[in-house]
Amino acid sequence: MKVLMFGWEFPPHISGGLGTACYGLVKGMAHHNQEVIFVVPKLWGDEEPMADFVNASDISIDYREKRFKSIWKNLTYLEVSSFLVPYLGPEEYQKFTDYAIHDRTDVDESIFSTKYEFSGKYGKNLMEEVSRYALTGAQIARDRSDFDIIHAHDWLSFPAGIAAKEISGKPLIAHVHATEFDRSGERVNKPVYDIERAGMHAADHVCAVSQLTKNTIVKKYGVPAHKVSVLHNAVLDASIIKSTYNKKVPEKIVTFLGRITFQKGPEYFVEAAKKVLERDPNVRFVMAGSGDLLNRMIDRVAELRIADRFHFTGFLKGDDVDHMYAISDVYVMPSVSEPFGISPLEAVRHNTPVIISKQSGVAEVLDNAIKVDFWDIDAMADATFALLHYEGISKMFKELGTEELKKLKWEHVAAKLVTVYQNVLANKS
Amino acid sequence: MRTICFYFQVHQPYRLKPYRFFDIGEDHHYWDDFLNRSVMRRVAQKCYLPMNALLLDLINKYEGGFKVTFSLSGTFMDQMESYAPDVLESFQKLVATGHVELLNETFGHSLASLKSKSEFQTMVRNQQEKIKKLFNGYTPKVFRNTELIYSDQIGAMIAEMGFEATLTEGAKHILGWKSPNYVYCNNIEPKLKVLLKNFQLSDDIAFRFGNKTWADYPLTTEKFVRWINNVPQAEEVINLFMDYETFGEHQWAETGIFEFMRHLPEAVFKHTNYGFSTPSEIVGKVQPIGKIHVPIPISWADEERDLTAWLGNDLQDEAFGKLYELEKMVKKIDDPEIKRDWTYLQTSDHFYYMCTKFFSDGDIHTYFSPYDSPYDAFINYMNVLSDFTLRVKQHIKKQEVDE
Repeated sequence: MKVLMFGWEFPPHISGGLGTACYGLVKGMAHHNQEVIFVVPKLWGDEEPMADFVNASDISIDYREKRFKSIWKNLTYLEVSSFLVPYLGPEEYQKFTDYAIHDRTDVDESIFSTKYEFSGKYGKNLMEEVSRYALTGAQIARDRSDFDIIHAHDWLSFPAGIAAKEISGKPLIAHVHATEFDRSGERVNKPVYDIERAGMHAADHVCAVSQLTKNTIVKKYGVPAHKVSVLHNAVLDASIIKSTYNKKVPEKIVTFLGRITFQKGPEYFVEAAKKVLERDPNVRFVMAGSGDLLNRMIDRVAELRIADRFHFTGFLKGDDVDHMYAISDVYVMPSVSEPFGISPLEAVRHNTPVIISKQSGVAEVLDNAIKVDFWDIDAMADATFALLHYEGISKMFKELGTEELKKLKWEHVAAKLVTVYQNVLANKS
Repeated sequence: MRTICFYFQVHQPYRLKPYRFFDIGEDHHYWDDFLNRSVMRRVAQKCYLPMNALLLDLINKYEGGFKVTFSLSGTFMDQMESYAPDVLESFQKLVATGHVELLNETFGHSLASLKSKSEFQTMVRNQQEKIKKLFNGYTPKVFRNTELIYSDQIGAMIAEMGFEATLTEGAKHILGWKSPNYVYCNNIEPKLKVLLKNFQLSDDIAFRFGNKTWADYPLTTEKFVRWINNVPQAEEVINLFMDYETFGEHQWAETGIFEFMRHLPEAVFKHTNYGFSTPSEIVGKVQPIGKIHVPIPISWADEERDLTAWLGNDLQDEAFGKLYELEKMVKKIDDPEIKRDWTYLQTSDHFYYMCTKFFSDGDIHTYFSPYDSPYDAFINYMNVLSDFTLRVKQHIKKQEVDE
């Protein structure tokens, strides 16, 4: 079987978890001798050669193709109605909307006859890139007929997947790694939601990274449950990481590591810290990462008068991330909404016991962890205190957690995916 | 004869280096030696050396008719010894003329007066020792508290330590209809005289001198002399208090600030009935006109003339509170490095960097801060304080074991 796969990023050039998951999946597919044509907006040339990579920036679109124009027209609507573009000044915005309101047939020539250099970033031209990426998808689907099925990862590549399906008539799998509800809570971005919804409904089958995400897809996007399969993420390497990095403070360390944003629930970590410190002042809490709620968290920590026991490291990268895991005695992920959440598995690899919110996909695959509701700061504080003081439970978690990790392999995920493909193809014919 | 009193504050803090969470427990050197040295050298070239030379010229020229007063913070004197012996020498020359008065202050340029009487007294004594050592046994008689922070209570503490007088801001909300151009005395201890800054005339020089959008720009000696002549004859003392770095650093040489100062004495002697005096001279000959009531501390900072530049928001209060929780333990430890770091960590600038009054005086705060934001300043300070706390506790533990 040969899969035409549309992604948005691929290691080593990644800015989110999506690229890592795609990497794992492609690797797992290779293990089962499945061929993958992997398309990304921009290739950097240093990707590991494990798929037939296609750089969307190299594709020139054939403007004589009538069907492309109708795809473009439909997409123009999405781009125009988008308020995603975050860094637009008033003047630019004026231009942007003027351009959008007028019929764009006059610029069709230039759009269709040139190659487009994708940035591959999540920048201000994001919507335009998503639309152009769709055209590229259509062109590739026309040029190459050597694939059996189309697979698109998250909303950014859904329009490309839909276009490819329209041109080729081949079945489409929409893979949901995160939904707009995870990213923005209840204040969803309508254009993004629309694309997500269109992708899921145009698809022949939908894959979700957790049962939690499947529920969202069914409830919020109106996709019938039988059309959605759960495909949990896995870990690339389940081996235990023995760090030589030593802790330099006598106190035990409790860590939060991630973006400091609404989705990750940092405020619950702060409140739980206060409760733990009231009972045992000999603990240090660390919030590693950066994000729009950082300053608010600093304010709160100062207000609670726990700043001598609660530290902020800023954004960590490279070895510092490993060091942070290595010196942590407890790792907490209090996410409000986490489709999957790979970081607790990293903590387990460092032999660090974890507390995860029930509102995370990873809670479905990790048994040897303490699971609490993200809002239940009392339970979070209790669990933290227990893992710090009752050696029995943390010892058990360390031993069993690492065993569990070994079962979370990408080749298992890929095997499940192949079954999904087979079922879809069987139903189609 | 009426008189002008020039007092210049000379201060440099020990700025912290970027100190990360991972450094806690391992790295016990907190100070950004490179930055501190380069700031000291830069200001020495732009301000301290040329201005000291200018003042020495004027003092010699008028044979003591012109005189000035300095307060040198302990952290400044320490850095001067390490990075700028040439500046130290020029200050020593000035003091040796006999026409320059030195004031006492808290060694660490600290806010201890607001928190701990014993720490305050220690800091004042340390400063006294340092001045004695560097300036040939000199002993100040007048005190100025960090940032001119003053209240009735603080005044009483100052009086208790034997000082004749202190300096503070002539804040509008304290004076009301009264004029700053008289000598006042403390509300609790009337024997302590209080000199008040004339902020109008002081800030004309310190803040507005080079401001081209100011209606009175450019400020000339003729104009300034006219203004002081307009002060009612009964008002005897004009206190011009400012940061010494005004000359050449806050107001660049290009603004003409040095020329203004070079010619000011001549204009004053020619066209007015004013002379120049130092605070101890003034309190020796001018009788206080009444008590000044300051129930709540004031300072010379920002529009509000209160403490909000250093204390009041949660970041500042948390850092300040956590620092002074250590006082009792630190007092039990006899270790020169712990004592030094304890002193330098108290410097008011660290708390100034955490100020979040972005929209009123925020711009002047950012100008003086080595940090991108008050939050960065807070995190960095707390990381350092965490390491310092660990060291203090280890010392205490070791002492207990030894006993």
